Amino acid sequence: MLDEILSIAKSQCKNGEPSVDDQATPKAIRIPYADLAAVCKELHRNPAVYFDSLSCVTGIDNGVDAGTMEVAYNLYSIPFNLHLMIKVVLPRENPEVESVTSIWKSANWMEREVFDMYGIRFNNHPDLRRILMPADWEGYPLRKDYKHQDYYRDIKVEY
Amino acid sequence: MPTDQVQYKYKEGNLLRSEPNKLKAESLRSEEMIINLGPQHPSTHGVLRLEVLLDGEIVKEVVPHIGYLHRCFEKHGENLPYNQVIPFVDRLDYVAAMNNEHAYAMGVERMLGIENQIPKRVEYVRVLMAELNRIASHFIAIGAYGMDIGAFTPFFWVLRDREHILRLLEWASGARLLYNYIWIGGLFYDLPVGFEERCREFVDYVKPKLKELETLLIDNKIFIDRTANVGILPLDLAINSGVTGPMLRGSGLRFDLRRVDGYSVYPELDFSIPIGEGKMGSVGDCWDRTYVRYLEIIESLKIIEQCLDKLNGEHKRTRDFDPQALVPKKIRPKAQDFYVRAEIPKGELGFFFRADGKSDVPFRCKCRSCSFVNLSVLPEIAKGVLIADLIAIVGSIDVVMGEVDR
Repeated sequence: MLDEILSIAKSQCKNGEPSVDDQATPKAIRIPYADLAAVCKELHRNPAVYFDSLSCVTGIDNGVDAGTMEVAYNLYSIPFNLHLMIKVVLPRENPEVESVTSIWKSANWMEREVFDMYGIRFNNHPDLRRILMPADWEGYPLRKDYKHQDYYRDIKVEY
Repeated sequence: MPTDQVQYKYKEGNLLRSEPNKLKAESLRSEEMIINLGPQHPSTHGVLRLEVLLDGEIVKEVVPHIGYLHRCFEKHGENLPYNQVIPFVDRLDYVAAMNNEHAYAMGVERMLGIENQIPKRVEYVRVLMAELNRIASHFIAIGAYGMDIGAFTPFFWVLRDREHILRLLEWASGARLLYNYIWIGGLFYDLPVGFEERCREFVDYVKPKLKELETLLIDNKIFIDRTANVGILPLDLAINSGVTGPMLRGSGLRFDLRRVDGYSVYPELDFSIPIGEGKMGSVGDCWDRTYVRYLEIIESLKIIEQCLDKLNGEHKRTRDFDPQALVPKKIRPKAQDFYVRAEIPKGELGFFFRADGKSDVPFRCKCRSCSFVNLSVLPEIAKGVLIADLIAIVGSIDVVMGEVDR
């Protein structure tokens, strides 16, 4: 089944080759971030796989030394009982990726959360605001090199 | 810190800068107004703030603002060893902590590859606890929902019955709400002697009470008038929005991870999965969601009875049984990305782990919470309803803000 998914992804990738990550559960494919929207659209539409729900969007910061960030998408196909993880690797400076909100509505808040915690921008997102942190909070708390501000509204942040 | 020190100097406009309204007052038409519901309001189930655009009594747009109960679960998860994250996991969905622990422990066990070695008795105790807690959570959901829309008595009745569950769980684990009972690889302690008998007494006690609850609330004409045909969630929207749990089943899809994934000992147990059928109105309305929760309580009681049979029969307690025997001294999974999911009372709870293979601390520990995703569908289904129905819809989603904000 993974070969079929990989060939579907390959047909949509224009900026590089997709690859399989065997260490992940469920099985993961890595795709170039510029092709994310096209691949997701095809996986959602294709009647052979029909990934109709997006369970989870995870941001991962690999740290300053690695210089990359990742976004992992967990897809699930209810009719075929298929799991798939899609991973895109982004540069740590100015990370940007296309939003999948137009395909799955559930991506809306999940992508906002990733933006809130990592500062990854999702292009063409309908409403990209901070969601859990206050709107005037400084920095992105889950980045590995995050240093919190000393004072927020004259309240000492360090407790 | 000296107690007379002022901790926070109030400045005008602080609130608007930290949680600014999405809708701008200048762009409103003359008949429209913005009403702020929450964050401190009982019918929002905790600290949920809704920014509502109204035309008279008609809701034109809802913008939920969340984050008031954000306690940095994921940051804590990146800084603590796997076994020490369990108390934080309890505090996600704090009315169903056992279910959270079950999902989390299962995920770490699968990463370690020890999920097949767990003794059957441990698994049955876990399922027994999880189902007891599922009933407690659904009691809260139904009772608080009744109170949201004006029925006060059912809340007291369900809390009275929930008290029995909490006492059972306190007897086993030592805590009423946040248990830290299910450990990675086992349990904190075996069931206390006599637990099975008391638990069966509880099952016998609660069955007629459920019948009373149905007569008092579910089949009540006023309740039906308030909830039937209100907040209809079509199935395609539900799937596309990632909605899970009783909300998805209320919309008519027989989808339950206990059956679909068949984790733990659920494949050995006999239970059915209720779905919404639109008995009082349309499929996927608020009444359907509440009724699915009610039916799930009955199914959970069936599971509990079967678990008790097994725990008194083939997996009977023995003197030398040690539920901590398989608890690993060092939890160090090999480098991998892992996503685990399980059915908790509100829907699909998922954990995403990245282990680097070099430390006992997860590199990334992400929680996919079901209340968070379920709440995100609110702006879609609350368009064009009356403001009183908005309260009914928020109540029927059954959000726990501890899980939404994490």
